[in-house]
Amino acid sequence: MEWAVFATIAVPVGTCLLLMLIPYRHDEQVRYLPVPKLGPLPDRLPLSGRYLVRYLCLLSGTALFALSLAIFVAYQFEDGGYRYDLRLDWLRDVAFLGDRGISFHLAVDGITAPLILLTGIVIFTGVFISWNIDYRNKDYFVLLFLLVSGVYGVFASLDLFWFFFWYEVAVLPMYFLIAIWGASTNFGNFVRTKEYGALKLVLYLVAGSVLIFIGIFATFVEAGLGTFDLPALQAVAYDETFQKIFFPFFMLGFGVLAGLWPFHTWSPDGHVAAPTAVSMLHAGVLMKLGAFGILRVGMALMPEGAHFWAPVMMTLGVTGALYGAVSALAQTDLKYMVGYSSVSHMGYVIMGLASMHEIGINGAVLQMFAHGVMTALMFTNVGALYDQAHVRDMTIFGGLAQRMPRHAAYWAAAGLSSLGLPGLAGFVAELLIFVGVFRAGYPWAGALGILAAAITATYILRMLARAYFGPFNERWNFLKEMRPGEQFGGAVLVFFLAFAGMWPFPFLERIAASVKNLPGISQ
Amino acid sequence: MRLDWSLLAPEYVLAGWAAMLVLVGTFFPRLPKTWLGYLGAAGALAAAGTSLIWLNDDAAFGNLLEVDNYTTFFRLLFHGIAFTVCLVSARYVGERLKNAGEYYGLVLLSALGATYMAAAQELLSAYIALELSSFSLYVLASFARNEIRSNEGGLKYMLLGAFSSAILLYGLSMIYAATKTTQYDGIREALSGDLEGARSAVLLGLVLLVAGLGFKVAAVPFHMWTPDAYEGAPLPVTALISALSKAAGFALFIKLFVRGLMPLADDWQPLLAGLAAATMLLGNLVALQQRNIKRLLAYSSIGQVGYILAGVVALSPDRPDAATAILFHLAGYVISNLAAFACAIVYYNWTGKEDIYDYRGLAERAPFLALAMAASLFSLAGMPLFAGFVTKFVLFQAIAEEGFLWLAGVGVLTSFISLYYYLMVMKQMYLGEPEEPGRFSTPWLEYAAVAALLVGIFLVGLAPLPLMEAAEDAASLVYRELGTALVAGR
Repeated sequence: MEWAVFATIAVPVGTCLLLMLIPYRHDEQVRYLPVPKLGPLPDRLPLSGRYLVRYLCLLSGTALFALSLAIFVAYQFEDGGYRYDLRLDWLRDVAFLGDRGISFHLAVDGITAPLILLTGIVIFTGVFISWNIDYRNKDYFVLLFLLVSGVYGVFASLDLFWFFFWYEVAVLPMYFLIAIWGASTNFGNFVRTKEYGALKLVLYLVAGSVLIFIGIFATFVEAGLGTFDLPALQAVAYDETFQKIFFPFFMLGFGVLAGLWPFHTWSPDGHVAAPTAVSMLHAGVLMKLGAFGILRVGMALMPEGAHFWAPVMMTLGVTGALYGAVSALAQTDLKYMVGYSSVSHMGYVIMGLASMHEIGINGAVLQMFAHGVMTALMFTNVGALYDQAHVRDMTIFGGLAQRMPRHAAYWAAAGLSSLGLPGLAGFVAELLIFVGVFRAGYPWAGALGILAAAITATYILRMLARAYFGPFNERWNFLKEMRPGEQFGGAVLVFFLAFAGMWPFPFLERIAASVKNLPGISQ
Repeated sequence: MRLDWSLLAPEYVLAGWAAMLVLVGTFFPRLPKTWLGYLGAAGALAAAGTSLIWLNDDAAFGNLLEVDNYTTFFRLLFHGIAFTVCLVSARYVGERLKNAGEYYGLVLLSALGATYMAAAQELLSAYIALELSSFSLYVLASFARNEIRSNEGGLKYMLLGAFSSAILLYGLSMIYAATKTTQYDGIREALSGDLEGARSAVLLGLVLLVAGLGFKVAAVPFHMWTPDAYEGAPLPVTALISALSKAAGFALFIKLFVRGLMPLADDWQPLLAGLAAATMLLGNLVALQQRNIKRLLAYSSIGQVGYILAGVVALSPDRPDAATAILFHLAGYVISNLAAFACAIVYYNWTGKEDIYDYRGLAERAPFLALAMAASLFSLAGMPLFAGFVTKFVLFQAIAEEGFLWLAGVGVLTSFISLYYYLMVMKQMYLGEPEEPGRFSTPWLEYAAVAALLVGIFLVGLAPLPLMEAAEDAASLVYRELGTALVAGR
């Protein structure tokens, strides 16, 4: 199983390299290969550089999904420890690096197992959603899979150097993905260009990593072990003052990627400018890297610092949850609404982490999974509609459910999970977070968080009422149901949303076993 | 005093080859000029091969020079630079410059001077080596004789260079006056003892020395010549200056400051720390404004000098960690920077243009070149997968390790700033519409050089252990005489 974890990084990297070898011309001819008819599948297979790229990505995406699922299922959670430990020496015994030095150290625990599964789900569905991308699709998939390798790398790495290495790998391709394949938004009197969104996103995230860098340097010096190995660094008891000074570096540095208020403004602009699958990956998975970084690096290394700063983090989290919800309420652009709702939901995650309470952190990790799946579904829906209608203004639609019933059903599933309807994943996660927040002694934060959930219900239901139900607007007669690929991708996401909502124990067992081992949290 | 002349064999090869190139250029005017470039590259390769003979050797030429792995490390680095520059110059020089023989001869001579800067263990030898290297570069900078910009840049470079040499020499004489020796080791012993009334002279000497060397490596506030010289000089010469003069300057810096001036560490550390912070900030901030790729790379290289200078601040009296990190980063920087310049040269050969805006749509017209340029710029910005990430990480960690966390912080912050202007180049290459459709023809030789540098960037970025061990091996030799037990691998 060690090598399955390794493969989650090696497969996307290998896919990138293989993709680069596929010959590809802009004016290529498509040839067809007849194949036996199987159910609804077509009876001839188009062949060209473009299609080879798609087939390879489908293969690789399926492999990643299978690997992620296997890792998640096989993880034995009894004591919540690290499993499938794989350590390959990389740099050691030079300069300030000691015997362990920097090693390529991978492992999985109960917190990362669901997140790895989430990545698998989102990239698998992402390939289907991106199927019709035609413009330079090879470059697109190369960058997409590079990004995915970074995400897997962060979740699996147990070495601070490699953790950060993959973290940056996950950020870097975003610029090109958004700036080349994205879409600009016209607000009437001004235009938010895709270049603007791309640059803002990358600069914000790299600015956040400046703080992380400094935190890592300081931690390495303070520990004095000559290694970046996380378990070794976690075993050190750092000086309390040191923890208080340097925890904010990790909290804010990773917080930028987690959409921590007030550093969240890259998120709506970036997500709106990005192509659908990239928004799915970014809002669904990448923002979780930020929250995961706070947990895995910040809170695990510096529990006392985290304790000291928890009220601040809680305040920022609640503010983000409320601010995101209120901002989403003000949007008429569907994608901006989803973008702000991500800020709001990531605010819950931050609240759960800041509670420093076992239940709250369990909820936060489950919320990462739930929100990842849910927001991926939302972006799928927005993308499917925008591809046909070329507008995203919810006020000019009406009764779309008549033309696109499945699409409307997917929207309803995602929206109801978002507002915390029991039976869907969002409910379980948010309930745990609020219980944890109340138990940890922040009743005001819990109350405001529930208020944010109520506002979420308002904007979701209002959007559904305006765009999907009510009288049908004849102008949209030409709209058709989502493409089969999008329907399939959406169905996978809905399945996991409902599964985690109705039977959350496979997730919670794994998460809780590992959260228990975190230092400095209350029971 | 034993003078083992055989120790200098690689330099004989270089000097002889340089003389031969000049003669061949003069007596065989019909010979295609590109051949001279390949011949020059062969000379650098031959010298590199010869210098391998002294790998793991440890010997001194009188009290003037020493040949050890530190020297060998830099010999190989400089020969590599000369090799690459000769190779990527071939077409450029063939099409645009006269007197190709002299051009390649001077390239080899500048590498020769640079080698002695690393090998010197005495002030005057170091100074003469510095002048040899600098003079070759002055002439090269103004080699495009009919171009006013080249003349202007070259003149500015030479005048300020001569000025800084005078300052440096004055500083050296102050130190000599106070310590009565020009030997690095002698200076250290004298400085460790009681200086009595000579302390102020030593401090004045130190300040002048830092100013003089600061000019050579282009540290703020002595950087004024850099953008103009870079912009005016022919592109391959700009590549040479940015790689060679910086690396050689720091080879001298490290050895002189560790072996000679370490007892004054409390005095030069704050001085250099201020310079380093100013250099990082100014270089990277001014680079944001640039429209010309040469000026952009000039200011970005000033920023890079700041990072390395910050490493010099962190040189410790008893461990070679910071020196190792500097050498490691220097090698990574040289490879990335040469790759960026090689791409710029190829593009200039096609179009004769060098504004950043002119790079628009390059990804459509030459995907490989755009990829290589993107990789080298990302490497300079310190992004993962590429050399710059790990070399900067190690460098900044080494700086933090010696208690200069704030300086490492400034370094990371300015690296972040640098990402913006590198992204602006990439924006043109990948998002801009090309001026005209169609692919460029493929220059195989230049592409091979670019590909080799690209492999180097990835190799350093993903498997840095051999380079880092070589750097440590070289750096620890600078500490050999200091009499402290060196712990190799705690």
